[in-house]
Amino acid sequence: MYKYDTYDQAMVDARVEEFRDQVRRRIDGHLTEDQFKPLRLMNGLYLQLHAYMLRVAVPYGTLSGAQMHALGDIADKYDRGYGHFTTRQNIQYNWIKLDEAPDILADLAKVEMHAIQTSGNCIRNTSSDQYAGAAADEVTDPRPYAELIRQWSTFHPEFSYLPRKFKMAVIASDTDRAAMRLHDIGIQIVRSDAGELGCAFYVGGGMGRTPMIAPLINPFVPLDQFITYAEACLRVYNRHGRRDNKYKARIKILVHELGKEEYTRQVEAEFAHLLTQNIEPPLAELERIKAQFADPGFETGLSDQLDRSDPDFALWVDNNCVTHKAPGYIAATISLKPIGGIPGDASADQMRLMARLATQYSFDELRVTHAQNIVLPHVRKDQLYALWQALDEAGLGTANLDLVGDIIACPGLDYCSLANARSIPVAQKIGQRLAAKEQQIGELKLKISGCINACGHHHAGHIGILGVDRKGTENYQLLLGGCEGADTSLGQITGPGFDEDGIVDAVEKATELYLSTRAEGERFLDTYRRIGMAPFKEALYG
Amino acid sequence: MAEAQFRFRDDEPVGDPGVTVDAFGDQSNAAAVRLEPGDEARDLLPHIARIRLIEINFPVYGDGRGYTAARVLREAGYTGELRAVGDVLVDQLTFMRRCGFDAFAPEVPLDPADAQAAFDRYPEVYQTAADGRIPIWAKRHG
Repeated sequence: MYKYDTYDQAMVDARVEEFRDQVRRRIDGHLTEDQFKPLRLMNGLYLQLHAYMLRVAVPYGTLSGAQMHALGDIADKYDRGYGHFTTRQNIQYNWIKLDEAPDILADLAKVEMHAIQTSGNCIRNTSSDQYAGAAADEVTDPRPYAELIRQWSTFHPEFSYLPRKFKMAVIASDTDRAAMRLHDIGIQIVRSDAGELGCAFYVGGGMGRTPMIAPLINPFVPLDQFITYAEACLRVYNRHGRRDNKYKARIKILVHELGKEEYTRQVEAEFAHLLTQNIEPPLAELERIKAQFADPGFETGLSDQLDRSDPDFALWVDNNCVTHKAPGYIAATISLKPIGGIPGDASADQMRLMARLATQYSFDELRVTHAQNIVLPHVRKDQLYALWQALDEAGLGTANLDLVGDIIACPGLDYCSLANARSIPVAQKIGQRLAAKEQQIGELKLKISGCINACGHHHAGHIGILGVDRKGTENYQLLLGGCEGADTSLGQITGPGFDEDGIVDAVEKATELYLSTRAEGERFLDTYRRIGMAPFKEALYG
Repeated sequence: MAEAQFRFRDDEPVGDPGVTVDAFGDQSNAAAVRLEPGDEARDLLPHIARIRLIEINFPVYGDGRGYTAARVLREAGYTGELRAVGDVLVDQLTFMRRCGFDAFAPEVPLDPADAQAAFDRYPEVYQTAADGRIPIWAKRHG
């Protein structure tokens, strides 16, 4: 894992003092709320329906045990004893007092964490593959590249007042587990025929009210030029992105309106110029970072055998664990989706338990996933049963990864000032309704957003649900056929929306049609792609 | 013309009002020009050797196009005064300084102590920009 040196620490410490000063100026009236708003947002502090919400950055989703422990302590000390892991691999606290926010940042800085640029019209926290460093199919660990981006984008002087927010993702395998092409810039680390690593740049993807899949604009940017290339992509956007309408201000609109070819031409021209400006950190800096992401000391000669005699354990292994690149190890996902629970929430005690288990069983590492779960990436198979028992005792042993109960949901109208409808109760009701059938149904990614901003990724759900306000009452639209990953597709709306109970019924009907129609080995998504929308419409509205 | 509240230059300030980029094309003897967010900074590049003052206007602080304009001008070798005018606030000063602004004429004057604290805030920087500061990566491998 990356460790701060004195430079990194000094930057984060300076930020704490800057924010303390900004809060002081706000409280003493030197700053109006309008002037303070972008400043607090660049520190992840939102004013929500009931209180301030603080979003803490988890760079590329990676946490140490000590960091997770500190997140639990913050939940106890400054919040109501819980936190919410988000679809961008971060964590949010919902009940924050403004005058305590600087102290939280100070507590975070002690464990090399921060809330820098977790909101605002700037470059946000970079996301990545939750199995990075463990996945058998990656060409390299993508996190050193994400860390280099973190440093380059932190307090970037030119790109802190962009037309709109800007999200980047870095992956390094063909199996895209980070929804890479639904980001403003998605980078896939690839290996050329000559054996060299480089960056494929996808620019102009996103969800929100106008979902778009990012086109590939450059298949291979050399590693010693990729920061410069990103700078060129951003500069063209900062100069020409629309500022007349916030709903058309994301880079996807610029790329769409200019066309991929023209946007790429402008980027390449800017890139050629910027190559003369000494922007790129030397490869030695990338190597310095890479050394900190070296494999932990995996033991060799371990058995790959698992004792599957406990059926509950065997089910959890089958659903929640994936192959590891090192023999004798496995990557295990802790589901934060208990039946009827709030997706992505964890209590302070659960956070501290996960921290302790990471230290004991996973080389002190955890990952936050964009599906709002936690991964212990490096677990010895001969210790997996003991780990599962500890998790199960704490209510963290739910065996539902990628099943219908593993719902992604935004905070919705229970918390969020932007929301039009509640997400959490819908997730809870669907989880409860389908719990008995979820193993039979198999993989089904269900995603719920409480407004058109799509924080719950509803466009990318095999089943997506979008909450809207219809004449003052909450109404839910149903989408089918969305998918993130290598075969990214956007969900299509089935037809008229439903009320809260109606949407639960509608989801159940869709799953019933699937169960009665599926061919051998087909997932829900495969059946939908084969038979199309019409039979589902018939089942829902006929 | 907006008078600078903060200026990081020793030469005599230009007294002439800045002309618009459009007017500048016809008034080739003007020493000062004013850039609006939608103006293309690169249109000025043929003339930068004889321009002594470029004012870049920020009608609202959230419109960040002026940061790119400033860097583009400095990257092209412009050495005259680069003055940020308009909705210039304390917490944008450090970014503006990094992008090459060396004079600041906020519409509403800033608290000098708050401004000084902002200019001095960050001991280090992560990026190469237009202010000549050495980025952290260069110090690590110096």
